Amino acid sequence: MFDADGREGMQSQYPLLSMEAVRIGYGSHDKTNPAVEDVSFEVWAGEKVMLLGPSGCGKSTLLKAIAGFIRPDGGVVSFAGREDLRPGPDRAVVFQESDQLFPWRTVMDNVAYPLRVMGWGRDESEEKAGWYLKMTSLEDAAYHFPHQLSGGMKQRTAIARALALDPLVLLMDEPFARLDAQTRNRLHGELNEIVLRTHMTVVFVTRSLQEALILGDRVVVLRRAPARVKDVVDVSGVTDPDSERFVCSRRQLRKLLADEIDGGRSL
Amino acid sequence: MNSVESRQDTVVPKDGGKDSRLRQVRLPATLRYAMLLAALLGLWQIYVTFVGQISLPGPLDVAGALSEGWSGGRLAAATWMTLGTLALGMLIGAMIAVLLTVFAAWTRIGADLLALLTLTLYSVPAIALLPLLILWFDTSPTSLVVVTVCSVTLPTAINLSAGLKSVNPTIMLVGQNLGLRGWGMFSAVLLPAALPHAISGLRAGWASGWRTVIAAGLVFGVAGGGPTFFTNDAGDFLLAPELLAGLLAIAFAGVLVEATFRLLERGTVVQWGMKVGRE
Repeated sequence: MFDADGREGMQSQYPLLSMEAVRIGYGSHDKTNPAVEDVSFEVWAGEKVMLLGPSGCGKSTLLKAIAGFIRPDGGVVSFAGREDLRPGPDRAVVFQESDQLFPWRTVMDNVAYPLRVMGWGRDESEEKAGWYLKMTSLEDAAYHFPHQLSGGMKQRTAIARALALDPLVLLMDEPFARLDAQTRNRLHGELNEIVLRTHMTVVFVTRSLQEALILGDRVVVLRRAPARVKDVVDVSGVTDPDSERFVCSRRQLRKLLADEIDGGRSL
Repeated sequence: MNSVESRQDTVVPKDGGKDSRLRQVRLPATLRYAMLLAALLGLWQIYVTFVGQISLPGPLDVAGALSEGWSGGRLAAATWMTLGTLALGMLIGAMIAVLLTVFAAWTRIGADLLALLTLTLYSVPAIALLPLLILWFDTSPTSLVVVTVCSVTLPTAINLSAGLKSVNPTIMLVGQNLGLRGWGMFSAVLLPAALPHAISGLRAGWASGWRTVIAAGLVFGVAGGGPTFFTNDAGDFLLAPELLAGLLAIAFAGVLVEATFRLLERGTVVQWGMKVGRE
């Protein structure tokens, strides 16, 4: 596929991100009741890996551990050769919440300001921000404040901000979950196009089979809490919802997921 | 239809057309207020004309005293001086409040200190400190600045601290994600996110500061006690028009400061959609 060509060399030996027997207890007092129990998987550069699981299964917790917001209580999260992870712009996060933008900054400033934090000059950051706003078709809204934007535009701004940081991986925590179906479909297409152009590595948390299939190369299916990897399904090249492969993969994923959800009900 | 056409009413979304009768009067707020004021002044003049003016001077007399005092420079100078004192006090108070809040946000002892100050000092009116301040600084403008600082600091710190606690956690994660830490995180994320609260705190602080300054001038005759100093002098000679002119100057200064706050909010938190604008 296209998305591998730029980073072929990097892909050859070590994964960009590896999770080994990761265990995370939720809350500071209750480490004995873990949210994540023994999760292992790898993400290679240029890959789009979807974390799919029933709600409340600890997917977001995993993503937070990769971002460095929380430390695992057991196992190793190793990213680009480092194991002691603090939060940093090399792992840019796009959240689900629509209030992840700075309300006091314009769209342009929301994208350009982080670059200034990273030491870029004012003009350079605005130029670069402008480029990413164009990529996410936000140039007309550049001088609007976030409260003047629709939900889809807010999420596009957050994506532009994350991309402008030139991260090694884009971490996305159900970024489209609260959007209407139409906007979500459009953003799926746009995100696929952008990732294709930038060869970005993506780790994407979702509850939606459709989303996992449309956006992902591989889907890591998680059991219900505490999270463990149930299966990893290769879905690269499966993007057309009408194709036979899509329907097949969808059935496969649904079966994997249904066990978990039914199991959760009977408890 | 009405709410679309009357521009000044579109800023207030919450009354949901309840007062649709009032909305039919499509005049700017300032004009409506001016008309109401003129009507009240008219009633006052009528009362004075027909009932007599032994203890209550008419609006014309007061206007005369006001313009005399203003053009003579005494009232104007006193008003500006008071406002200047207040501005200086508020600036210092706000800075102390920020330091206190940072200290409270980052250290256990700081949080305890703020809680303790709130518990003990919040019920002590700043004016009660004045005798002590006069003892230390004499009846000089310094006393007024210090007393304003005292009345501004605590409300601002309490509001700011509440604001910091209510900052949405996602935006703090975003700040961390960008690599912001310590002071950078505070100034670039937390402070602007808590700004609506901070402005409310300053406003509350200004209100109590202003009352304190006026009282200081009236009761203690502290120099720089502004328009009150004027009224105080007038009181000594029982000049009712001058007394009322002094009151008007106090009201005028209050309106001026309130307008400044609104302007500040309109340029910041209202523009950012963090607070609904008011008429």
